Amino acid sequence: MVPGLLSTHALSVGVADRSFCHDLALTVQPGECLAILGRNGAGKSTLLSVLAGLRPPAAGAVLLDGASYERLGARASARIRGWLPQSRSEAFSSTVLETALVGRHPHLARWDWESEKDARIARQALAAVGLAELAARDVQTLSGGEQQRLSIATLLAQAPRLYLLDEPLAHLDLNHQMATLELFAALARDEGAACVMVLHEPGLAARFCTHALLLFGDGTTQQGTCDEVISSDSLSRLYGYPLREVGEHGQRWFMPA
Amino acid sequence: MPTRRRALLILAALAGLAQLSIVLALMVGSIAINPTEVLATLFGKGDGMAGDVVRSLRLPRALTGFACGGLLALAGALLQVLLRNPLADPYVLGISGGAGIGALLAIVLGLGVAGINGLAFAGALAAMLLVFGLAHGEGGWTQSRLLLTGVIVAAGCGAVVTLLLALAPDDQLRGMLFWLMGDLSQSGDPQLVLILLVIVLLIALPFARELNLLARGADIAQALGVAVRPLRRGVYLVASLATAAAVTHAGAIGFIGLIVPHLVRLAAGNDQRLLLPASVLAGGSLLVIADTLARTLLAPQQLPVGVLTALIGVPVFLFLLSRAAPGRY
Repeated sequence: MVPGLLSTHALSVGVADRSFCHDLALTVQPGECLAILGRNGAGKSTLLSVLAGLRPPAAGAVLLDGASYERLGARASARIRGWLPQSRSEAFSSTVLETALVGRHPHLARWDWESEKDARIARQALAAVGLAELAARDVQTLSGGEQQRLSIATLLAQAPRLYLLDEPLAHLDLNHQMATLELFAALARDEGAACVMVLHEPGLAARFCTHALLLFGDGTTQQGTCDEVISSDSLSRLYGYPLREVGEHGQRWFMPA
Repeated sequence: MPTRRRALLILAALAGLAQLSIVLALMVGSIAINPTEVLATLFGKGDGMAGDVVRSLRLPRALTGFACGGLLALAGALLQVLLRNPLADPYVLGISGGAGIGALLAIVLGLGVAGINGLAFAGALAAMLLVFGLAHGEGGWTQSRLLLTGVIVAAGCGAVVTLLLALAPDDQLRGMLFWLMGDLSQSGDPQLVLILLVIVLLIALPFARELNLLARGADIAQALGVAVRPLRRGVYLVASLATAAAVTHAGAIGFIGLIVPHLVRLAAGNDQRLLLPASVLAGGSLLVIADTLARTLLAPQQLPVGVLTALIGVPVFLFLLSRAAPGRY
């Protein structure tokens, strides 16, 4: 069996006495995009940070390319998976370009300084999210949406194979929401990367992702391809609000009934 | 982000400043000694009174001052990263408070310089272990938990220090106050602090780029390949030991640990690969200059050097802050 770029075995995740998922077996192959859907507080971000190796699971194992985070070590892990935080705050001032360059850290040896090549990669990443012109700006002066795009650029500069995205659309206006999803879908489709993203809009998940995982918040989960899992019935149960499916041009949207 | 070349240029300039400050400290005092004589004594040829004054009085004091200033600035820079708080300084976690209790106790008990230094160091270590133990709750420590624990322990130490001051006989009060404000007149042999300064810097430098990431948040650093847990513990330990050593030798000299990393950051950016060594050189130079002024301005009266570091640091800092490009800070 192919181990998958990301796989979990008998994974249980919880906080204090709450369980978010139990005995979860998840496999994400290169080229796939997995959407994690669920209500507020259902454990989407907690699960994602467990998948990113940032916090230990309650039970079970998370494997990157078939190896555990402990075996890989922090540096080798960082060359395989990247993680987009839900929010970040900068305590010190630095420029936009410097911040994007931080993504090159796992590719540099201990005494290396960022080379011309690293700077070029960081500039390309900034251009990909439309921040090329702000390269010299101080990060503390950016708007919320610009900061979010800078986080994405830092992640692109890191150039991992697995992208773990915690609410990648937070603070973004409509055109940047679509550009961001198209960017990551294209990375999966064309370059064999894989994405796991926490989303709040099931229509966008159905459109841009290949697979979906629903977290019901009581420890039960449902997973499969988007076509199997995302339906008005399952979403109505997931969000606790009746939803109606509307289809147009082969796209599916879910409206509050 | 500075290039390696620019970083080396800035460090070379600061190294020049450091040498200048030390030569100045050797020249100025109750006996003025001209630069040629200073150089002659340094290379072992000078004799007579000038040689004695330089070799046995001024040089040890200047070198101790440089080492302590460097240690304090380095500890401040490290703690600002560790706590992700630009207002952190070496004393925020209670280390100087613990050292203060030890030193004042030694003065009350009538111990000599060795006793004061010994008890001060023991007090600093005790405060450090106490904060580390208390802040390390379930699931490791967070920045705010560590900061709060440190601030509370520091406040407790402050109360004990005040108590000791209130209970102390009048003839010991002046010595105690000078110790608390920072004082280099009793400094003794500089060898130990200088060696410690070099060791601490050599330990910290290989991790400088990882510290850049830690300054942006623990999770972000971990996701980018930094082993955060051991790094944070190491930074805490190194910064605490540096502070304890400086405080033991020179008392609780304020301001250097807070203001020097900021000065360097304003002038040269927040890349720890440059910031850490530059803070050492700038902090050392600032303390040497301040101490030279402290013992000459109102000679033969000696002023507490902590007052001078603040009097020099505040206007320089305000100037740099107002000069910073609009939009920054």
